[in-house]
Amino acid sequence: MSIIAQYVMNGAMLGMMYALVAVGFTLFFGVLDVIQFAHGDVLAAGAFAALAVWLGLTRLGVASPALLLALVVVAATVATALLGAAVARFLVLPLKGAPQLNVLLVTLMMGTVLRESIRLFYPGGSQPQLFPALLPTSSVALGEFNLRIDNVILLAAGTVLIAGTSLLVTRTRLGLAIRAVAQDEETARTMGVDFRRIVLLTFALGSALAAFAGVMDGLYYNEIFFGMGLLLGVIGFAAAIIGGLGNLYGAILGGFFFAALQTIGAVALPFASAYKDVFAFGVVIALMALRPKGLIGERTSERV
Amino acid sequence: MRIILAALLFSLAAQAKETVRIAFIGPLTGGNSAVGLGGRNSADLAVKLHNAGPGSKYQYELVVLDDECKPDAGVQMATKAGSDRSIVAGVTHYCSVVAMATVDTFHRFGLPTIVWGAVLPDITYGHDFKEIHRVNGTMINQNETNAKFMAAQGYKKFAVIHDTTDYGKGHDKYFTKFITEAGGQIVGDFGVTADQQDFTAELTQIKALSPQALYFGGLTPIGVRIRSQMDKLGLNAQFDGTSGIVNDDFIKALGPLAESVLAFREGAPAEKLPGGRKFLEEYGKQGYSNPPEAYGPFAFVAADLLMQTIEKTGPDRRKIIAGLAQVKDFDSIVGKITFDDHGQNTVPVITKYVAQDGKWVLWEESEYARGSRKLRGK
Repeated sequence: MSIIAQYVMNGAMLGMMYALVAVGFTLFFGVLDVIQFAHGDVLAAGAFAALAVWLGLTRLGVASPALLLALVVVAATVATALLGAAVARFLVLPLKGAPQLNVLLVTLMMGTVLRESIRLFYPGGSQPQLFPALLPTSSVALGEFNLRIDNVILLAAGTVLIAGTSLLVTRTRLGLAIRAVAQDEETARTMGVDFRRIVLLTFALGSALAAFAGVMDGLYYNEIFFGMGLLLGVIGFAAAIIGGLGNLYGAILGGFFFAALQTIGAVALPFASAYKDVFAFGVVIALMALRPKGLIGERTSERV
Repeated sequence: MRIILAALLFSLAAQAKETVRIAFIGPLTGGNSAVGLGGRNSADLAVKLHNAGPGSKYQYELVVLDDECKPDAGVQMATKAGSDRSIVAGVTHYCSVVAMATVDTFHRFGLPTIVWGAVLPDITYGHDFKEIHRVNGTMINQNETNAKFMAAQGYKKFAVIHDTTDYGKGHDKYFTKFITEAGGQIVGDFGVTADQQDFTAELTQIKALSPQALYFGGLTPIGVRIRSQMDKLGLNAQFDGTSGIVNDDFIKALGPLAESVLAFREGAPAEKLPGGRKFLEEYGKQGYSNPPEAYGPFAFVAADLLMQTIEKTGPDRRKIIAGLAQVKDFDSIVGKITFDDHGQNTVPVITKYVAQDGKWVLWEESEYARGSRKLRGK
């Protein structure tokens, strides 16, 4: 029994990271109907910003882990929010009205630029970088289940963030504006919604969530590397699609669903665990064929 | 007049030695670049020492190419070296997957090469090409020593994680064979991709099988992840590694978690061999920013052996191949070198390492062998 708890915990950690990335994809698609393929690499940039800030602060002699963690998270989210907004301002918005394919291509290339820039310009960026363990590392052993305090904190923080985002979108004036733009841009504009501002804020919000996923990844694995955003981006995108692109809850569901598929692929199936991604993406393909609108289709729910 | 002219020409010819170019190919970027850069520096050192030394007929130039530890990049670089007629030989590859992928390319171009780090047996034994040689040993010897050692230490139950490249599969195959012969038992065997990040699912399964030791057949990047995630899941088995993790990066990335990790490598450490101390001294003098790492001495020897052969045969690919076929009891800093009919050096020595206080220490000299520290999982 306790071994199943361990699998669920492992899967939940992965699922939380995927969900945070997927929510970004779904927000961007909601307001502008675009796929922002640099999203994964924005995440990697956030993680590296966090690491750089940590290195700087420890040089300055800041020793308190709590203070370090707070500053690192704030720095990473702010840096990434600005980066995300910049992508929207200089790459996505100018191409509004152009074929969607162009946006896809431009952001895909932007992702490569970001990724290679980290590799080339971050000192030693081509190597995996050690990420500090800033959370308490004690653990409780319950039979086969090793419950780590830091994992619990990360999961709780992720849940709070996702719940917060959901509240922001459904309960606040900003959220109302985001939903208005998502539903009908023209009408929203005539009602006095500042379209540009809403788009930039949405991109900043989505990217900040990715930054948190990046820091979470670093704290969980104690390692980050320049290409980390590539697979996370693809998985996050797949999660947003299977959830139903444009639907916030669908993205969260999709993230955890994909993590569950990976865990099942590694644990319960009779072939080598190296095939777990083949299995998970295979199921995604099958699902797309069966339910082209995603698990929670757009028709049954309002788009973000 | 004619005599003066002839004398003048002769002296000119003596001064302007012909430049001979040899290639170095290894992983200079990516997760295995520390070993690659150490190899490059060591080959570079061999060339510099040769050029500075008296009595050499040629001036040597090292052409450095990056295979990124990826087969496609490796084949590209092999084609580049092979098709460049000014390059007469190569010191090639640390990663087995890459070395395996380029064998055909070198054969097609007739470029004599000496592998300086890859350990997959098939690189020399999988074909009859005369171009391919290797100064380091293969994973067969390494895993035999590993299995016998672990059995002697009293380990019986093993779990295996290996990457699903030829390299990892080879390690899995030979270790499984030798440990079963030595009376051990493999309770679980997991193939993983060479760039996988999350191993919690595999490790949770392994924990439930409660093995005494975890054998890992793969390279440093995922080795680091597996060791650190073992700790997070509270899996307290002995980590038993291969030559793929014997480098400073592995220990640096893990910090105290590296303690008591075992690994095995062909040949003996440079400082234990005749001329090895001099190699380390000369290496230090050059002020390279990276250490030579475990396979630097092999790259040094491969470059040195090539240049000594070229001195005898001249810079002609075909003649160099014929010259290398004759290599027997060549004295080097990694011991004597003799190529068999597959171009494989028949090295008998395997060295056992254990990570102790942030360093790879020879097993025989470690506190673990003396009994003042204990390996895990017993």
